Amino acid sequence: MSEHTVSAYDEELTAMAGRIAEMGGLAEKAFADAVSALVSQDLELARATIKSDERLDALYHDVEAKLIELIVRRQPMGQDLREITAATRIANDLERVGDLAKNVAKRVIAIDSDLKSKKLAIGVEHMTELALSQLKQVLDAYARKDAEAARRVQEADAEVDAIYTSIFRELLTYMMEDPRVITQCVHLLFCAKNIERIGDHATNIAENVYYMVTGERLPEDRAKVDETGAV
Amino acid sequence: MTDTTLTPPPGNANAPAPRRIRSILELDPLTKRRNAAEARFKLYGIVAISIGLFFLVALLWAILSNGLGAFSQTFIKVDVPLIQSQIDDAEKSVVKTSKYRAIIDEAFAKELAGVNIATDMSDKDLQKLFSSGAAATVRDFALANPDRIGTTVTFDLIASSRVDGYLKGRVEREDLAEDKNLDAAHLDLADQMAEAGILEKRFNWSFITGTDASDSRPEQAGIGASMIGSLFMMLVVLFLSLPIGVAASIYLEEFAPQNKFTDLIEVNISNLAAVPSIVFGILGLAVFIQFMHLPQSAPLVGGLVLTLMTLPTIIISTRASLKAVPPSIRDAALGVGASKMQSIFHHVLPLAMPGILTGTIIGLAQALGETAPLLLIGMVGFIASNFPDGVAAGFFAPNSAMPAQIYEWAKRADPAFYERAWGGIIVLLVFLMTMNIIAIILRRRFERRW
Amino acid sequence: MNNMPNFEQANTMTESKISANKVQVYYGDTHAIKDVDIEIQPRSVTAFIGPSGCGKSTFLRTLNRMNDTIDICRVEGSIKIDGEDIYDPKVDPVQLRAKVGMVFQKPNPFPKSIYDNIAYGPRIHGLARNKAELDEIVASSLQKAGLWEEVKNRLDEPGTGMSGGQQQRLCIARAIAVSPEVILMDEPCSALDPIATAKVEELIDELRENFTIVIVTHSMQQAARVSQRTAFFHLGILVEEGLTEDIFTNPKDKRTQDYITGRFG
Repeated sequence: MSEHTVSAYDEELTAMAGRIAEMGGLAEKAFADAVSALVSQDLELARATIKSDERLDALYHDVEAKLIELIVRRQPMGQDLREITAATRIANDLERVGDLAKNVAKRVIAIDSDLKSKKLAIGVEHMTELALSQLKQVLDAYARKDAEAARRVQEADAEVDAIYTSIFRELLTYMMEDPRVITQCVHLLFCAKNIERIGDHATNIAENVYYMVTGERLPEDRAKVDETGAV
Repeated sequence: MTDTTLTPPPGNANAPAPRRIRSILELDPLTKRRNAAEARFKLYGIVAISIGLFFLVALLWAILSNGLGAFSQTFIKVDVPLIQSQIDDAEKSVVKTSKYRAIIDEAFAKELAGVNIATDMSDKDLQKLFSSGAAATVRDFALANPDRIGTTVTFDLIASSRVDGYLKGRVEREDLAEDKNLDAAHLDLADQMAEAGILEKRFNWSFITGTDASDSRPEQAGIGASMIGSLFMMLVVLFLSLPIGVAASIYLEEFAPQNKFTDLIEVNISNLAAVPSIVFGILGLAVFIQFMHLPQSAPLVGGLVLTLMTLPTIIISTRASLKAVPPSIRDAALGVGASKMQSIFHHVLPLAMPGILTGTIIGLAQALGETAPLLLIGMVGFIASNFPDGVAAGFFAPNSAMPAQIYEWAKRADPAFYERAWGGIIVLLVFLMTMNIIAIILRRRFERRW
Repeated sequence: MNNMPNFEQANTMTESKISANKVQVYYGDTHAIKDVDIEIQPRSVTAFIGPSGCGKSTFLRTLNRMNDTIDICRVEGSIKIDGEDIYDPKVDPVQLRAKVGMVFQKPNPFPKSIYDNIAYGPRIHGLARNKAELDEIVASSLQKAGLWEEVKNRLDEPGTGMSGGQQQRLCIARAIAVSPEVILMDEPCSALDPIATAKVEELIDELRENFTIVIVTHSMQQAARVSQRTAFFHLGILVEEGLTEDIFTNPKDKRTQDYITGRFG
């Protein structure tokens, strides 16, 4: 893509992309740390994660303000217009990811004991890996403006949903077996839900990236494999 | 504020040269030189204008001092009894005017006696105080007013040009030493008559309304006839050159295609404006008089020749005015659905009118003052002695133009004619100024602000 | 962008008002407009955008044969209004221009009174039988142009004595007075301040109910605000044409994209 005649415009767009990338990095780290704290019951890490969300929020407000400035100053058209509106939504999604990670970290402190079963831990970690990889890939797709990569991220969400459904079932069985673990399991359930939401946010970002690059919407009827409603 | 210098950091070969910071309250040498040059230029301008003004003033002074005299004339008041028998006698004789002279002489002698002016000059000598046309004046009156015969009529008879000149200071006693008409005694008599009130200078209407007179009667010469001649010529020029010139310009400006032929026409029109006017006279002689057999010396022919001369001026100024109308007006008219003709006549022409009028008046003023083209068609040589009767005669009867008349007078030896030549110039200038004022008024009326 | 409710999409299916096919325009030997095909829809605003010298004004002027006034200009191809070829030898351009009016970049009211400015067109086309009818036409044109309240008490004052924005609206009223079907506007707001521009844009929005409007503009934001369809011209070629929101959010041609995002030159 050739450059804008007014070079300051290009600089502003690059700076904006940089900030989004920074937000992405912070969100990824918060997510990974929160789950790691959950699996290893590391309360220190959990507290640190909660604190780091402040920085992400501040960055989000900064990005919002700069985006509005861009609209006022540059009256963007075409590709630039889609880029800027997409960036607004992506920043919003990343901020939500950060909040969800913070939520998980809070629950770590609330659980404050070992995870009941190894299987559960593996399940949670596996889901996290997938969701993290989704997040990484979609942020990469955003940086490279790669619509195809964004589409693949959207399709990968099915697997995350599947794992969530199985964890849901497992926790239910534990709760039915032993009422004393209900508190722990409910917290765990919420954490799993949060991780699944993070996957959904990554999918949202993917849809926005796709729209930004091509100007068209991804087909709405992606496979929704969250069958928890049927349990 | 003092001058400060910025010193570059030491050892920095690429630093910019130190700049002196000057106060704007101090003029630098370049500005001073420029201001001096501009002041000198303004001075040159003023000097140039002063020279121009000086000559203008000199011109006006010369004209007025020499010419105003023509507007006044010395008259002698005589009570002449019109006796039927004397008049009948006079009519019967062959040289009628001599009899009338005798009547005047008698009356004059009585009058002198009546105001106690003693003289020992003979009647014949006394006659010389009067213009040679005085007798004709009395005769014309008697014939025109038979009902006044039998009464005594007070006539204001024109004095001879020598007496007139004496009263105007043109003629000194020494000049008359060689004169065979008058001598010092006449002048003394004149002084006495002036004191008695029967000799006085009055405004000379017949200068403006009268016709030219023969060499011996400069006091009766007037510019009236040639004014009529000029007027008819100007009418011809106006009614021919304006429509033709404007139509030609509109065609050239709006309709003519851009090719070599049109360029050729344009170049030739500009050149025609510079052709010496006498060439048009030759053209007029060949075409209008020899080929078309129009009457010689007629204002119609003079008008036609001057039309040819004025056309290039009008075409050039009209084209310039048409070009000056902004194309946005034409576009606007076309955009509303006007045809090209409609846009020209309803919008472009009214806006160009001030310029066209100016050009026309300039052209007319030039034509008014031209003598050379009239040379060859006869209007210079011919001097009318009576007014044309009727409008048709006005165009076709031989006449002359004002500049021609002035030239004629200037040629004659008598200083009285010389005075009248200057007077004629004043009348010509008044004409020109009137035309210019009309042009300014018309231009104001048509002026629009875009 | 104008909020077009979906049922207006059907408009593009009705017959075009102006139909241009393989239009070429030559200035002497220079091929200024090449192979332009475009359909202009009735009762809507179509915007022509493009960099300077791309031929949008030239093409606009072919629509009412204003190019006829330029000797070296030659037009080939067919341009049909309501199915009739306007370059047919039987057509009198003067009559055509009563049907297709024009408003120019610099407001150019006649140096006459406001009344005479508006009345001139109807007079020469014989649209009014008497003074009363003429008064009616003048009043209604000024009302449609949104100028009536401002000038109704000073119809005798010169048209040139108003502000730029008012003069331009006067020119629009003048164009409307002859009841054209199409109004061509060549950068009508480029000489006006933002408030006057907004008033003219509001006027254009109202006018499109009754007239077909084609507007050439340098401002993409104006094209986006005012038009339903936009055509992008570049170097004498019609690069892309379509619904305004499509052109400005997701153009198909890279040249269009580059132009609207300011990546040209």
